Amino acid sequence: MKLRAATILVAGLLSGAAASAESLRIAVTTSFHNSGLSDILLPEIQEDLDIEVQLLVVGTGQALRLGRSGDADAILVHSRKAEEDFIADGYATHRREIMYNDFVLIGAASDPAGVARASTASEALTLIAGSKSVFVSRGDDSGTHKAELSIWSEAGLNPAGFGDWYRAVGAGMGAALNTASGMDAYILADRASWINFGNKGGLAVLFEGDPKLFNQYAFLPVNPARHPHVKADLAIRLEEWLAGASCARLVDGYRLNGEALFTHNARN
Amino acid sequence: MNELFSGFLEAGRLIISLDGDLAEITLRSLHVTLTAVAIASAIGLPAGGWLAVTRFRWRRHVIAVVNALMGLPPVVVGLIVYILFSRAGPFGVLGLLFTPTAMIVAQIIIVTPLVISISHQAIRELWAEYHDLLISMNASKRQRIATLIYDGRRALLTASLAGFGRAIGEVGAIMIVGGNIDHATRVLTTAIALETSKGNFSLALGLGFILIGLAVAVNVAIHNLLRTERASLW
Repeated sequence: MKLRAATILVAGLLSGAAASAESLRIAVTTSFHNSGLSDILLPEIQEDLDIEVQLLVVGTGQALRLGRSGDADAILVHSRKAEEDFIADGYATHRREIMYNDFVLIGAASDPAGVARASTASEALTLIAGSKSVFVSRGDDSGTHKAELSIWSEAGLNPAGFGDWYRAVGAGMGAALNTASGMDAYILADRASWINFGNKGGLAVLFEGDPKLFNQYAFLPVNPARHPHVKADLAIRLEEWLAGASCARLVDGYRLNGEALFTHNARN
Repeated sequence: MNELFSGFLEAGRLIISLDGDLAEITLRSLHVTLTAVAIASAIGLPAGGWLAVTRFRWRRHVIAVVNALMGLPPVVVGLIVYILFSRAGPFGVLGLLFTPTAMIVAQIIIVTPLVISISHQAIRELWAEYHDLLISMNASKRQRIATLIYDGRRALLTASLAGFGRAIGEVGAIMIVGGNIDHATRVLTTAIALETSKGNFSLALGLGFILIGLAVAVNVAIHNLLRTERASLW
């Protein structure tokens, strides 16, 4: 038994020791990863820069925590206010806007609150609150959650006072979509996660297109003055690549089920 | 129901096509869990033996605490190990967060109380049987524990296997300290959680059936080895 266990151990150790290129740890949001775009970009980064990017897929809140504690070399998130606080506290020297996608309001195809007829995002949410239709909120301090909260406040409503039709699940985009699908509830999701989601059930996109639903992704390398061990030079090389032409081509050309998801808008 | 069936199909497809990613995460699952169980057994079996043969003032309380720690919530263990290994934490300089080593540490903490508790139960009964013999032979405490562990090895294997069972299916702690990084710290359980969050239930179920199969295979393999041992030695 010992010999057998040892054999399996050695096999496991060997398989774990295969990586050779320099690795860079980046905390990214679930919405970025669930879109499938990372599967396109990572092999290209490996080829062009010889950097093995290790993705930590978390919510924006946790991504910022990882950057603050120096456990990631850079972060790629979408919550401008939180990013600016991050820079103000000295954890990054700058933020580089890379690309954007958009949020969509999803709900049961029968649309009990009639949000499809709304003309703005805040009007759509007001209709949901007025009819007390079940609404699933991420509730995890993620970028999507923050975007949702800012639309509620624009509508002059405070989720803290909502009844039990407002369900804060405290989970990632996929888990929250699973919950919404199970309850035929309304939910705000990023378009990429939605298109890629495999368990749509009776849900459909009911409202989209308001500029308020614009979702900007930015890259923030962790400040080496704060955390001397971070791989700052690799992070800068990656930033230049992300802002560059070959990345733009990949991002703009990325299609999922025939739909374009992201628009590259980095300035050089 | 349909999804359960397509989960079975997916499991079959993954195994037959010898999927490279599947082999990688399966081996990593085994690597992390077997290493953790081996270390936890190296600590837990002697500790269980020591608890059985030693009398001291707070013994009953220590045993009660160890028994309670069997129910240690993995997600809390994960969070504590995370904070300790974070760059901002006391062991941050080691740079171990989000590596298989951190996952092994978390699993050792989860599994060790289980191994101590079960081995203590097993050795206590054996000790009642061997007590007079070992005392009359004037065996030292170390010799007593070694004898009890050797003669109780079959029951003690149950302690290690229970530890293996708890660790191989564990997701809360290793998700936090490992980060579920593709090609670095992704294992079967965290891959299942990821695919579930993407709504890919059939792939998630397929991986789940493979995980269950793996646990059964390891247990069957060890029990078969044990039977040959009994034929020659017992």
